[in-house]
Amino acid sequence: MNVNQKVSQIVEEKFPGSVIIPEEPQNDFIQLNSEKWNEIAKFLKTESALKFDSCQCITGVDLGAETEKLEVRYNFHSTKHLHKVEIRIATDRKRPSIPSVEQIWRVADWFEREVYDMYGIRFKGHRDLRRMLLPDDWKGWPLRKDYKTPQTYNGMKVPKVRKGWD
Amino acid sequence: MGLIKADEMTLNIGPQHPSTHGVLRLKVKTDGEIVSEITPVIGYLHRCFEKHCEYLTYEQVIPFTDRCDYIAAMNNNFGYVVAVEKMMDIQVPERVEYIRIIMAELNRIASHLLALGTFGLDVGAYTPFLYMFRDRERILDLFEITCGARLLYNYMWIGGVSHDLPVGFVEATYRFLDEFEKKSEEYHNILSYNKIFIERTADVGVLPKDVAIDYGVTGPNLRGSGVKWDLRKDEPYSIYEKFKFEVPVGQGLMGSVGDSWDRYWVRAEEMKESVKIVRQALDKMPRKGDVHEALPKRVRPPQGSIYFRTESPRGDLGYYIISDGKDKPVRVKMRSPAFTALSALSEIASGWMLSDVLVVLGSLDIVLGEIDR
Repeated sequence: MNVNQKVSQIVEEKFPGSVIIPEEPQNDFIQLNSEKWNEIAKFLKTESALKFDSCQCITGVDLGAETEKLEVRYNFHSTKHLHKVEIRIATDRKRPSIPSVEQIWRVADWFEREVYDMYGIRFKGHRDLRRMLLPDDWKGWPLRKDYKTPQTYNGMKVPKVRKGWD
Repeated sequence: MGLIKADEMTLNIGPQHPSTHGVLRLKVKTDGEIVSEITPVIGYLHRCFEKHCEYLTYEQVIPFTDRCDYIAAMNNNFGYVVAVEKMMDIQVPERVEYIRIIMAELNRIASHLLALGTFGLDVGAYTPFLYMFRDRERILDLFEITCGARLLYNYMWIGGVSHDLPVGFVEATYRFLDEFEKKSEEYHNILSYNKIFIERTADVGVLPKDVAIDYGVTGPNLRGSGVKWDLRKDEPYSIYEKFKFEVPVGQGLMGSVGDSWDRYWVRAEEMKESVKIVRQALDKMPRKGDVHEALPKRVRPPQGSIYFRTESPRGDLGYYIISDGKDKPVRVKMRSPAFTALSALSEIASGWMLSDVLVVLGSLDIVLGEIDR
């Protein structure tokens, strides 16, 4: 049994109904409900059998404009037990919102801001949710698949992408 | 205590400032000379790396990874190509593995030389900077005879490397290593144990172990805080398990564990370990072999995703790649070690004097190209 399955079992026992079991069985990741994410995250960090004290990466994902969903993927690692896990949480495309884990892993602060910047996913409870890499007056969420490059920015013309690259 | 409070003043350091190592703006709240809060403002070098990747084929992404961390471009290539190879299940020839490790470790030395040199410059030591650039130049020359480029190599390809080692490379590298080994002692004499340098860096900007892990600080910065964590040892990729080397960690020789001097010292020691690795690799490398043997005809990783990390000179460099089975990636996310290190700056440097903030920033060794992507 690999770590993902083990963690999935422990989480499901503690928080019934939070793990979404996919149609095809897999063991690369754990799909979670966003509802209790904050409590689960705390549990992942503090539970003695898990101890995921290091948040490696938070990735925003858009799997296509037709899916109606946006996804956030978390990669955690434990410096104690040396195991790692990937957690995926999907959210609605129209009103994307996921509880923030910024106060649990401090590094998540900037990671979540970056995901917000690129996908417009609001992290509930984040104390300082601003744009990270783009200017504050930027409109739209560039890494979404249905994003259209604007014609102008503050009155300046945006150069067209060369044809051969499309 | 704390009753007398002078007016707080907000000061901008950057975006154009020699000590910010790139285009970085620090909004600093000061109370006299003491800094109470630091807010880094980043994004000035944002070149839409991740958006570009969605329009490029897997091979075309490689030159972009060069441009993210332009100080250690080989290491950035390395992480990306190994991640894609993992997805496609490609076995690269043994000679290619050795060449890659030689290049990655040489680049690590070059990167650390620049980091230490500019760190010295930040605290006012000009001479070591010139010495270190002199030696870095030798490494860049080696890269130049190999692939023609001095900074942005595009050297590692998916399944191989772009050029085989040129005639005379092995001898030239041995020669360089022999000379460099002597010089690393010279650096210690000229900078590490310099009284003024120690006064400026020891006990300044202490980063405790648990805070470092909480902020996702990795690489030499984490090891400076006394955590023995090196992906080359702990999660070996490529053929790193075949080499014998030590992982230096901060011991608080001059002050307390995790101060700026420790972070500096870990880098200085790591260069020696890299020399060891390159030497072993040169000894063991198969002398003949086709470096283009395993290049795939078309790069189309099967559907799925991977999060793969390697040890770059700055820390854990992770790539999250999602493939839908076509020739272009759906998503490439780069988890940059300098990004997380910079996010911890406010935590480490608040409460110190303004001049110390720049020392702490220099000791973190950030590259803005990688932070902004």
